[in-house]
Amino acid sequence: MTTSLGLDPKKIADLRKTADSITEKVRPLIKSNTTLTVERAVLRLMGLDGTDADGVPLPNVVVNHLRSILGGGIAIPVARGMLHHNLGINELAEKVSAGEISLLENTSVSRTRAEEFLTELVDEQLETIENNRKTREKMISDLGEGPKPWQYVIVATGNIYEDAIQAKAAAEKGADIIAVIRTTGQSLLDYIPYGITTEGFGGTYATQANFRHMRKALDEVSVKQGRYIRLVNYASGLCMPEIVVMGAFERLDMMLNDSMYGILFRDINPVRTFVDQYFSRMINAFSGMIINTGEDNYLTTADAIESAHTVLASDLINESFAKAAGLKPAQMGLGHAFEINPDTEDGFLMELAQALMLREIFPEAPLKYMPPTKFMSGDIFKGFIMNAMFNLAGVWSNQGIQLLGMLTEAMHTPFLHDRFLALENSRYIMNGARHIGDAVSINPDGIIAKRAHHVVDETVKFLHEVEFDGLLKSIAQGRFADISRTMDGGKGLAGVIEKNDDYSNPFALAMARKTGIGEEVTKWI
Amino acid sequence: MDLNLKEIKPYGDTLGDGAVQLSFTLPLKCGAHSTEAARRLVLSMGFSEAEVVNNVDIGEGFTFFVVYGKGCRSIDVTTIEVAQVKTSVWSRAECNTKAPEMFDRKLIVVGACIGEDAHTVGIDAIMNMKGFNGHYGLERYSGFESHNLGAQVTPENLLEKAIALKADAVLVSQVVTQRDIHMKNLTQFVEMVEASGKRNEMLLIAGGPRIDNALALELGYDAGFGRGSYAEDVASYILQELYRRKTSALA
Ligand code: B12
Repeated sequence: MTTSLGLDPKKIADLRKTADSITEKVRPLIKSNTTLTVERAVLRLMGLDGTDADGVPLPNVVVNHLRSILGGGIAIPVARGMLHHNLGINELAEKVSAGEISLLENTSVSRTRAEEFLTELVDEQLETIENNRKTREKMISDLGEGPKPWQYVIVATGNIYEDAIQAKAAAEKGADIIAVIRTTGQSLLDYIPYGITTEGFGGTYATQANFRHMRKALDEVSVKQGRYIRLVNYASGLCMPEIVVMGAFERLDMMLNDSMYGILFRDINPVRTFVDQYFSRMINAFSGMIINTGEDNYLTTADAIESAHTVLASDLINESFAKAAGLKPAQMGLGHAFEINPDTEDGFLMELAQALMLREIFPEAPLKYMPPTKFMSGDIFKGFIMNAMFNLAGVWSNQGIQLLGMLTEAMHTPFLHDRFLALENSRYIMNGARHIGDAVSINPDGIIAKRAHHVVDETVKFLHEVEFDGLLKSIAQGRFADISRTMDGGKGLAGVIEKNDDYSNPFALAMARKTGIGEEVTKWI
Repeated sequence: MDLNLKEIKPYGDTLGDGAVQLSFTLPLKCGAHSTEAARRLVLSMGFSEAEVVNNVDIGEGFTFFVVYGKGCRSIDVTTIEVAQVKTSVWSRAECNTKAPEMFDRKLIVVGACIGEDAHTVGIDAIMNMKGFNGHYGLERYSGFESHNLGAQVTPENLLEKAIALKADAVLVSQVVTQRDIHMKNLTQFVEMVEASGKRNEMLLIAGGPRIDNALALELGYDAGFGRGSYAEDVASYILQELYRRKTSALA
């Protein structure tokens, strides 16, 4: 039980309706296009992995080879090739790379035959992912998990071996979630690097081998600590769905997977992003991963007081897109942040208001709460207190995922002891104030309640404007994060392909059946 | 207070006590042995006394220490020179009045955050209308025409734009510094400008939270601005430096 702010349920229901109407207008765009990375993700789901002799990832090799017919989807032509040549997908891809086989030539294999073959393959491959989900569920029920808010810390040394050591140390000292933040610039790569990596800038490459290495380290420490430790990575940029596929195969537990982050913060083309996020989220939904959204970032480029309503608005839009892709509320780590200028009088009260407000509006979602970053400075002592106040707001408002603030945020990616100090800070505050949400009620006429009502009202206005203009135009007008992006601008537009009538993505329907959205999926993909 | 500028020491609670607080991690198990190691390590840094006040196991065989050192070495501050930006800082209003007296046209400024670095807030703070912390950006300065290309701009693109727009000054922002990536990017840009033969036609100014004037000069820039700098610092510098160059060329 957390404190009630007495928000009007009818207003909240209307907000959701408006958000659904906004995403509904983007639906035709998503439905009518596929992208290079969606098709590469299909290949990865079919089991393709590895690189050719030149180091080019095989999914890229095959997608490039079939570039001219991608509008029909990649699964059928590849399945035909596998049947015709009687080869596994990796051998087939290697021969395509060597120029020994062309998949563009007609084969004697009928479409029906290819479809039957795919049905079997899809079931087999999805079973692997389902087994991962079951393993996770079993480990959680056997080992247990930390109380919410879960303690989330990042590792970012650039070297996955070093990352694993730091992750284990953090888990020993109370971390529940380890995020391996990606290297600078990975989101702009239109391929996934292959193998273990030890060189990164401000983060570590997301590769399947790195995922596996970290998963293994965390499983070991989970058993040792008697607490399941979750692993997170980031699916934004030009390879969103492929990263999610790798995560599903390697039993990652969470994925940064925002519907607009790439557009706003990496200048990825909006159409590309909207198409990519949908399929990504289907895979997240199916594999039981929790998504994290990136609204916190809005407050680094826009003002946290003035733009608080854009965070709620974006959470509602993210929720609506997520629902359409089959994600359950318990899988929605909707984002927000503690970014009000620390010099503001009653700033903490406003932060608390916003955190309680989101809790009340999204009662089942494991909200993802970001610590102060923008106003963190070289004064690490002040920064440490800011993080303490953030932890108080987090435990008070019963957040799901608490990204612990680092006292050295303004300088560098965390040192080993920065992370330890962050965990100590949070342990002290959260333990000492564990049930404050039950014990203290909010004065309905006070600053906190008023602030929450105000933000909701602003959001009502804002979402109506967005609904009126459409999401794409609103983004172009700079309504989110004070950043303007246009439909035909940004990176990755060349990788958007219009679908034709016999487009087929056999994984979409199969996954949709299991996540409960069923035939609805055909409206989107 | 009787200060000897040739022998300045840190101040704890008595002049000259040389008290310093340190914290660090050793890749050693927590215990008496590693505590003694930490103490000796601090002594070897030039302290006459060292007291380990906290040692704590932080997992995986690492220990975190808090140590107080006393009697640290001293520094002769009379011989220190700092490569600060020499021009004086004018307010935006002053810049606006003085610019037309100094130049008969607007000065053209082109800026970007280069490489894979996606941090725009710093360069926006200097260039955009809105500015930062109540300090408006160059777009609000009547003596300037400013073009902010944003982040993730390749050095090639920035140079191309700077040449095409006939930039008087080019502003380069770098925020990500891990593995010295900022040095590589900044150096690459300077080298490209030099190779293009246009180095004398534009002021090159670097900025970012880990940049200072000394570093910028070392890398071949005309000036550098670090954290806490605002548009007025940059505008004042550009006006005064370009005016100095213009007038000394005439003389
Ligand atoms: C906001 C932010 C982001 C936002 C950026 C949004 C945007 N559009 O800019 C987002 C979320 C996108 C982001 C992403 C990442 N970030 Co970041 N980010 C920050 C944060 C919190 C604040 C930076 C900021 O906006 N400061 C406010 C501005 C006004 O200050 P400033 O940049 O210093 O600018 C001032 C001066 O330096 C100067 N200045 C700056 N540029 C110039 C240029 C000129 C010419 C002049 C004259 C002056 C000047 O004037 C400005 C005004 O005073 C810092 C932490 C912190 N508190 O500093 C981390 C931080 C900078 N980020 C960091 C990292 C590692 C990343 C990522 C690489 C993480 C990842 N692996 O994905 C990615 C970057 C991806 C990429 N391709 O670059 C690290 C950098 C570590 C390092 N030293 O290398 C930091 C320090 C956080 C940390 N501790 O890990 N980040």
